Amino acid sequence: MQELGLAEQGSLRVTPDGENRIVIEKDLSSEEMILNMGPQHPSTHGVLRLECRTDGEVVVEAEPYLGYLHRCFEKHAEMTDYPGIVPYVDRMDYLAAMNSDFAYAIAVEKLLDIEIPRRVEFMRVIVSELNRVASHLVAIGTYAIDLGAFTPFLFCFRDREHIMNLLEWVSGARMLYNYILVGGVSHDFPKGFSERTGEFVDYFRPKAVELQKLLTENEIFVKRTKGIGMMPADVAINYGWSGPMLRGSGVEWDLRRADGYSVYPELDFEIPVPDGRFSDIGDSLSRHLVRAMEMEQSLNIIEQCLDKMPSPEGFDPRAAIPKRIRPRAGEVYGRAENPRGELGFYIVSDGKSTKPLRCKARSSCFVNLSAMKELSQGQLIPDLVAIIGSIDIVLGEIDR
Amino acid sequence: MSTSLNAWSDALSGFSPAGLPLGLLIIAAIPLVFIALYALTYGVYGERKISAFMQDRLGPMEVGKWGILQTLADILKLLQKEDIVNKEADKFLFVIGPGVLFVGAFLAFAVLPFGPAFIGADLNVGLFYAIGIVALEVVGILAAGWGSNNKWALYGAIRSVAQIVSYEIPAAIAILCGAMMAGTLGMQQIILQQQGEYGFLHYFLFQNPIAWLPFLIYFISSLAETNRAPFDIPEAESELVAGYFTEYTGMKFAVIFLAEYGSMFMVSAIISIVFLGGWASPLPNIGALALNDWTSGPLWGAFWIVMKGFFFIFIQMWLRWTLPRLRVDQLMHLCWKVLTPFAFVAFVLTAVWEIYVK
Amino acid sequence: MDNESHMSEHQEETPASSPQVEAAKTVWAIVREKFADAVSPLDENPSMPFFEVLDTDAWLDIALFLRDNPKLRFNYMACLSGMDYPDEGKLGIVCNLESLGEHGHTIAVKVKCARDGGVIPSVARVWKTAEWHEREAYDMYGMTFGSHPDMRRILCPEDWEGFPLRKDYQVQESYHGIRVPY
Repeated sequence: MQELGLAEQGSLRVTPDGENRIVIEKDLSSEEMILNMGPQHPSTHGVLRLECRTDGEVVVEAEPYLGYLHRCFEKHAEMTDYPGIVPYVDRMDYLAAMNSDFAYAIAVEKLLDIEIPRRVEFMRVIVSELNRVASHLVAIGTYAIDLGAFTPFLFCFRDREHIMNLLEWVSGARMLYNYILVGGVSHDFPKGFSERTGEFVDYFRPKAVELQKLLTENEIFVKRTKGIGMMPADVAINYGWSGPMLRGSGVEWDLRRADGYSVYPELDFEIPVPDGRFSDIGDSLSRHLVRAMEMEQSLNIIEQCLDKMPSPEGFDPRAAIPKRIRPRAGEVYGRAENPRGELGFYIVSDGKSTKPLRCKARSSCFVNLSAMKELSQGQLIPDLVAIIGSIDIVLGEIDR
Repeated sequence: MSTSLNAWSDALSGFSPAGLPLGLLIIAAIPLVFIALYALTYGVYGERKISAFMQDRLGPMEVGKWGILQTLADILKLLQKEDIVNKEADKFLFVIGPGVLFVGAFLAFAVLPFGPAFIGADLNVGLFYAIGIVALEVVGILAAGWGSNNKWALYGAIRSVAQIVSYEIPAAIAILCGAMMAGTLGMQQIILQQQGEYGFLHYFLFQNPIAWLPFLIYFISSLAETNRAPFDIPEAESELVAGYFTEYTGMKFAVIFLAEYGSMFMVSAIISIVFLGGWASPLPNIGALALNDWTSGPLWGAFWIVMKGFFFIFIQMWLRWTLPRLRVDQLMHLCWKVLTPFAFVAFVLTAVWEIYVK
Repeated sequence: MDNESHMSEHQEETPASSPQVEAAKTVWAIVREKFADAVSPLDENPSMPFFEVLDTDAWLDIALFLRDNPKLRFNYMACLSGMDYPDEGKLGIVCNLESLGEHGHTIAVKVKCARDGGVIPSVARVWKTAEWHEREAYDMYGMTFGSHPDMRRILCPEDWEGFPLRKDYQVQESYHGIRVPY
């Protein structure tokens, strides 16, 4: 009964640890301290600020404060014509700019009713899957750093470098590509790109296994992440979680399958969800595992696309790009599977202007992070870091 | 052996050309010069190169050949940096914190034998002194953390104190096992007992079937005592920014840094003295090949103990760049529920072995 | 499809409308049956079929109904966007809902309120994700959400003047001594 009272005051912490539940009891009722974590802090992945009320090392509650990177994307979008928005979209989720461009292109194309050349669709899928692998590599690497393991981070960045080089070759930029345009892509693949991409896939498969061995099978890593930041599936859906976060809670839901946009219905890939053998479903480790397994699937997708892609003869990647984009009056909610979840664009067109009346970006990290307050309650500070890391936030997308 | 040891020492201390006690000076100076050389150049440089090697990088390459002078450049940079003391800091504690830390880490070097001739003070309680004086570091860390008037620094300091004080118990008991095997607390005496013509076979680690247990326990505890990964939670940069030295800049920061490397070598030296024969040569005499005799002597002794120290430092770095960090409660769990009971077991078993079996 | 009789009051256009629109029609019919005139007719555009909640106060009840009715089960709120309708003198929100993992259908709902001092019932307790989306809508447009647990600005600073995404927004001259228009 006394324990119950303590639990209500928030001075009792229960950690699920497999079958046994560890209970950390605190007899001393100590004064709560406000601890500002960020905006300049190594593990807030940018300029997130968490105002933590702490009782010793236990975080009673952490309130996220956003907006340090707010660049008025939506206001800019209302003053820019449709193709001009693409670079702004790049700068939202700067780790997965291809995927963001893809989502935006899908949204606008829904209003335009244009036929996209088949080769363009394959090209889009290849570059965005490459970018997904790169983004997951950053997520996994920085997560390792959050937990104090340096070396996996550099292994991840070493492999990501190859993807950066590939995408630089194809688009001319290393991070903010401006490559996928409304109605097409800016350039065809350079000569030899497909072969090099195939080589990369062959190179990366064993490296992904090595990364698994170094990190996911590491006992300390498992100890730090298993059972931390539990999120049941129904609550996750209610919070609007999507992408690896939602799949980490055991919901097999992927927009590439559910919406079946672009050429994804023709491709054979699995949607990885944790099976509860290595992790408790819904914990930080599950989310990490989903990302690790998704890289594997992305490689499969790239390989299939390289096989199925139509030949480049007589192909103009800009053929379907309208000279002037002026969509019909109407509104649309277009979305795509970003590495971090569902990136959606709600676009309203008045039918007269070449600029959208409204362009709202539904950012996946923004929604995923909104559960932070609930996840943080009663956690230790090191666990808080582990939870933030598992959410894999990109502040550029949260603040827009 | 004991006579030859004294002979070397006596001969060196008696070496006084033109009435200057040059020999005595050398005895005291060699460890100190070594510390400076090691800690400033090879410790930091080695860590950077080793981590680079493990991470498919090159590490420092610009300053000097293969970046050998990088540490020197860093020291020059740190010397030039502004020495900031927080407005709200407790200035006295803030200033003496790094000093106490440094002194605590390096006082133990006084009893470390760098070969048969070089030892600052051959105390008959040398081992006890070394364990005891390291506890002074706790005071320095607490002073630094509290004096900074920063919440992160305070967290780091409190964690650090809890960790060091806890881990001293298994560490001390593990060391006691070594002392029991030797029957003495004097550093030179412990080493002399492990010296012999069969080289490494005389080491306690190979003499006593139980010795590997206290050896492992001490090694793990020493990682925690020096705040090295995977027990680097007091300075866990992804959680606490930099722990107790968050607010330090310039030379004060460098001093804290040096203290860390100093204590790293110190624990490595202690573990090699107690379990691996310190400066005793590991090479055995094989018939006419008197490898052991050829590789013994004052300079060889210094070489062996430095090599053994470096070996353990390399393992420390290897672990640091491989493993993630434990959580506070897991760390304490490991200390109190795993290492301490096993240390007691090792203690009892060693006693039984020493009294009844040997 | 037992609610087809109710659909007759809304004119069918082309028989070959997309499955998304067909599903939206079914959903709308069920809502219409329950709430009658509180909801507008369904806008059957192919890109995003939506209906509007005409009685703003009924929005919370409709939201709960949408989430909990076994035939609807809109358990997932994909997006909540604030909107400015200067021609009507109104502000509004657009909610994109989806029945994730159950029926798989989607629909959009619009709710409007007065431009000055308008209040929309908060659905943060229906879909937790709405909490931050509503804060963002308030931050950008200035409508408040009744019974919202934590009605503060989210992206702009607390003491920012005006609501940036309104069509008639004029940026403030200075902010803490910093000149804002550049």
